[in-house]
Amino acid sequence: MSRFWPLAIFFGLVAFLYVGLHRDPHEVPSPLLGKPAPAFALTRLDDPSTTITRDQLLGHVYMLNVWASWCVSCRDEHPILVEYVRKHPVEIYGLDYKDTRPEAVAWLEQLGNPYKAALFDSDGRVGIDYGVYGVPETFIIDKKGVVRYKQTGPISPDVLMNTLAPMIENLQKES
Amino acid sequence: MQMMKNLIFAGLMFLVLGVSTAPAKEALPVGDDPVVQARMMRLATVLRCLVCQNQTIADSHADLASDLRNQIVELIHQGKTDSEIMDYMTERYGDFVLYRPPMKTSTLLLWFGPLLLVVIGGAALYRSAQDRQRNGADETELTLEQKRLADQFLNRKSSES
Repeated sequence: MSRFWPLAIFFGLVAFLYVGLHRDPHEVPSPLLGKPAPAFALTRLDDPSTTITRDQLLGHVYMLNVWASWCVSCRDEHPILVEYVRKHPVEIYGLDYKDTRPEAVAWLEQLGNPYKAALFDSDGRVGIDYGVYGVPETFIIDKKGVVRYKQTGPISPDVLMNTLAPMIENLQKES
Repeated sequence: MQMMKNLIFAGLMFLVLGVSTAPAKEALPVGDDPVVQARMMRLATVLRCLVCQNQTIADSHADLASDLRNQIVELIHQGKTDSEIMDYMTERYGDFVLYRPPMKTSTLLLWFGPLLLVVIGGAALYRSAQDRQRNGADETELTLEQKRLADQFLNRKSSES
């Protein structure tokens, strides 16, 4: 019997390594899940004189999409969001992270603007409060202002249709 | 000619040294007061940079790391204690930012896993050593009959030669 032990240990190790192969070490669970979204008061990207605060958005389910004109993979994600808001009743707010106004505005003009409003976070301070470390990132925030989901990295059509969209629909039904 | 060579050599050295020291400067923290800087660097060396996960935010050249270094300096200026600054980081980025993870139920295996492996390995080693001793004893212990045969064989061998 004992001669099988090395083989058993070997297969145990293989199983561990195999699972490790399919895990993304860049996906760090957000400590914000289930907690109130951090407060912010930011100016609109298209209008520096208007400020939007977190508390104004209470009572709405919304996606907070962190992006930037310098972010390459945001280009992959962007058309998916544009298409999504065109077909579904959903509010997406953009958080323009460490960007310049002219570049960000031009970017939205070129690629389309899916956002109810884009918020301008020039120094990335709000990004730090949200624990942003890899743009694009997307948060889903419920009517009570609680963070319910976080996606790090670009949203794929698959994730949007199978995870995000159903979740948003369910949250919209909550009172 | 010799002087020319020396000049070229000096020029090359300048280039090489100039190039190699330039990036090191970039990693230096921003801040004014050396005491604040020292404290910030001490904190930055135990915080993980999430962009390049195997570097501390003290070592990393990533944008986020330098933002976080600035943030630490700012928090120090606000009079925050070290543990308050650590809490500030974990509230935003989770325990993963800490190079020294906290001890709790989900990290028990992380903390005591190596010890567990040593115990299991030690037990296996002890058992196999015991087995070998027992088997070894069986092998050397001869019955009287075996001993007689062995002697007979050895004697014949020696008488033959």
